[in-house]
Amino acid sequence: MSTIAEKPVAAASAQKFGSSATQKLLAFGSLVVMLIIFSLATPNFFRVDNMISIMLSTAVAGVLGIGVTFVIITGGIDLSIGTLMTFCAVITGVFITNWHFPVLIGVLAGLLTGSLIGCCSGVLVSKLKLPPFIVTLGMMLIVKGLSLVISGTKPIYFVDTESFNLIAMGTMLDLSAIIPDFAIPNAVLIFFGVAAIAGFILNKTVLGRYTFAMGSNEEAVRLSGVNVDAWKIGIYTLSGAIVGVAGILIASRLNSAQPALGQGYELDAIAAAVIGGVSLSGGEGTILGTVIGAFIMSVLINGLRILNVPQEWQTVVTGLIVIFAVYTDNLRRRKG
Amino acid sequence: MKNKKLFAVLVLLIMFATFAGAQTIYIPLISKGFQHQFWQAVKMGAEQAGRDFKVTVTFEGPESEAMVDKQIDMLTAALAKKPQAIGLAALDSKAAIPLLKKAQAAGIPVIAFDSGVDSDIPVTTCTTDNIAAAALAADRMAALIGGKGDIAILVHDQTSRTGIDRRDGFVNRIKAKYPNIKIVSIQYGGGDHLKSTDLAKAVMQANPNLKGYFGANEGSAIGVLNAVREMKRKVVIIGYDAGKQQKDAVRSGEMAGAITQNPVGIGYRTVEAAVKALKGEKLPKIIDTGFLWYDLSNMDNPEFIPLLYD
Repeated sequence: MSTIAEKPVAAASAQKFGSSATQKLLAFGSLVVMLIIFSLATPNFFRVDNMISIMLSTAVAGVLGIGVTFVIITGGIDLSIGTLMTFCAVITGVFITNWHFPVLIGVLAGLLTGSLIGCCSGVLVSKLKLPPFIVTLGMMLIVKGLSLVISGTKPIYFVDTESFNLIAMGTMLDLSAIIPDFAIPNAVLIFFGVAAIAGFILNKTVLGRYTFAMGSNEEAVRLSGVNVDAWKIGIYTLSGAIVGVAGILIASRLNSAQPALGQGYELDAIAAAVIGGVSLSGGEGTILGTVIGAFIMSVLINGLRILNVPQEWQTVVTGLIVIFAVYTDNLRRRKG
Repeated sequence: MKNKKLFAVLVLLIMFATFAGAQTIYIPLISKGFQHQFWQAVKMGAEQAGRDFKVTVTFEGPESEAMVDKQIDMLTAALAKKPQAIGLAALDSKAAIPLLKKAQAAGIPVIAFDSGVDSDIPVTTCTTDNIAAAALAADRMAALIGGKGDIAILVHDQTSRTGIDRRDGFVNRIKAKYPNIKIVSIQYGGGDHLKSTDLAKAVMQANPNLKGYFGANEGSAIGVLNAVREMKRKVVIIGYDAGKQQKDAVRSGEMAGAITQNPVGIGYRTVEAAVKALKGEKLPKIIDTGFLWYDLSNMDNPEFIPLLYD
């Protein structure tokens, strides 16, 4: 890397550090407060099996959130992640169930599909200079339609390949001998694994640094001689691959690829990122923040359900939390 | 010269179109969706009737059963094509009424199927008696859990006729006949398999003594099934409709049994009713397409084979 390129990058990471840390702390604090309130409110909440249920129900939205975090930090947005997740699941289903490939090949096909579609979005955004909102909105519809076409609108089941279900629902961390019920499903481990790898990429690699730099001042990065287009395509591809992981997880958990699911999941993922302090104007955000954001959403929903709060109100409360999170983020930004 | 040729072609085309139009009766069916295998079976029945009565049948529906607006768009588009008759499985029992009035004014008979509409406009409604079917599910549930204990219900939505009828049919029967059974939770999962799973898990978490769970459509029943599997609990599950996963679960004993409607029959009867209405025949207000309880003991009987679609 040239020394000229270091400048905006260094500035961006310095800016990211102070403010994002506050938001992360705030988000983490809210999560803890919520856990305490729900635990006091009902004895059924803070129990090992319920905590594991919460983690499991966070896995899909969390992984999607991690994928979209990269794109949002560049100042973009990705609306296609929900239906792309489904598309990856369908492709995996076609490979494993219809074409009888080994599970591993099917999983790789799903991940590759995600990367490929991500790459396409990246090319459209960077080379054709189209707004990410429009590109990914179009992509959302394209892959949604393709999922329905390829599957013939029928769910694809993985009943003949039992090992596929174990990807999400098996467990490699079974401590139930020591603590009762303490068997963490693989879906949760994969979620944390993806988070760790994504955190590493975002913080320790050139790709990560350029992600922040582009979100802060794309023109400056371009003028420093960086091939912005290529890096951006790389970021969208990575995001697509992570969405592919979510596709594998949902298919494995449901033991079927449900071609009509998916729309709406992108908004949950974006909300998780925003609650976790990822700025929609780009240049700011952390993977840990998004993970915490995703947990806030699922703890809230789980807790309200256990308290038997009517479902209509659960939705209202979730909306309020999203607005409140962005408000505190804004407040902090104005101060800074 | 060139223009004349073009004109001739155009005239021919128009003549052909009117000729073709006069020959075939066009009946579009607007369903609630197509993602569930249930709707695929309805479609199959409708297409069969289309062949039998030599009418053109089209079948379309929105992706999700919450998309009332999309369905209205589809209905508008279908009416614009000036069909001879139209079939509608309304997602919302009132939202379509203004459009149905238009159809009535244009002399297009409307056949409601699956879900009724809160109006006199449809000449008939081809449907399962969902209230009676859900009451049967309640009776079976009561017998399976020994007449007392906590149970819960997971329904697909609270706005459609089927959602309301299955919920009320089940709840009212329990209240009327089984005072020792308590319904501790009624939730709505939108028919989304994953969301229904997480929802059912939270309900079971909140109610450690839950003895039975009723899922009021395919997506809800699969959600309950996944939840019970994941939590490794022993809960009596009763489902609704068929589909491969539900059938497998009944076969393996994880699901006690389920109510099946006759989706192929619903599709067939809808088109048949439309043809009869066009001939001016008088139709009953409701055409009951029937329902049955299936479990491990009877699901392989020959009469169930056409009902239990994959």
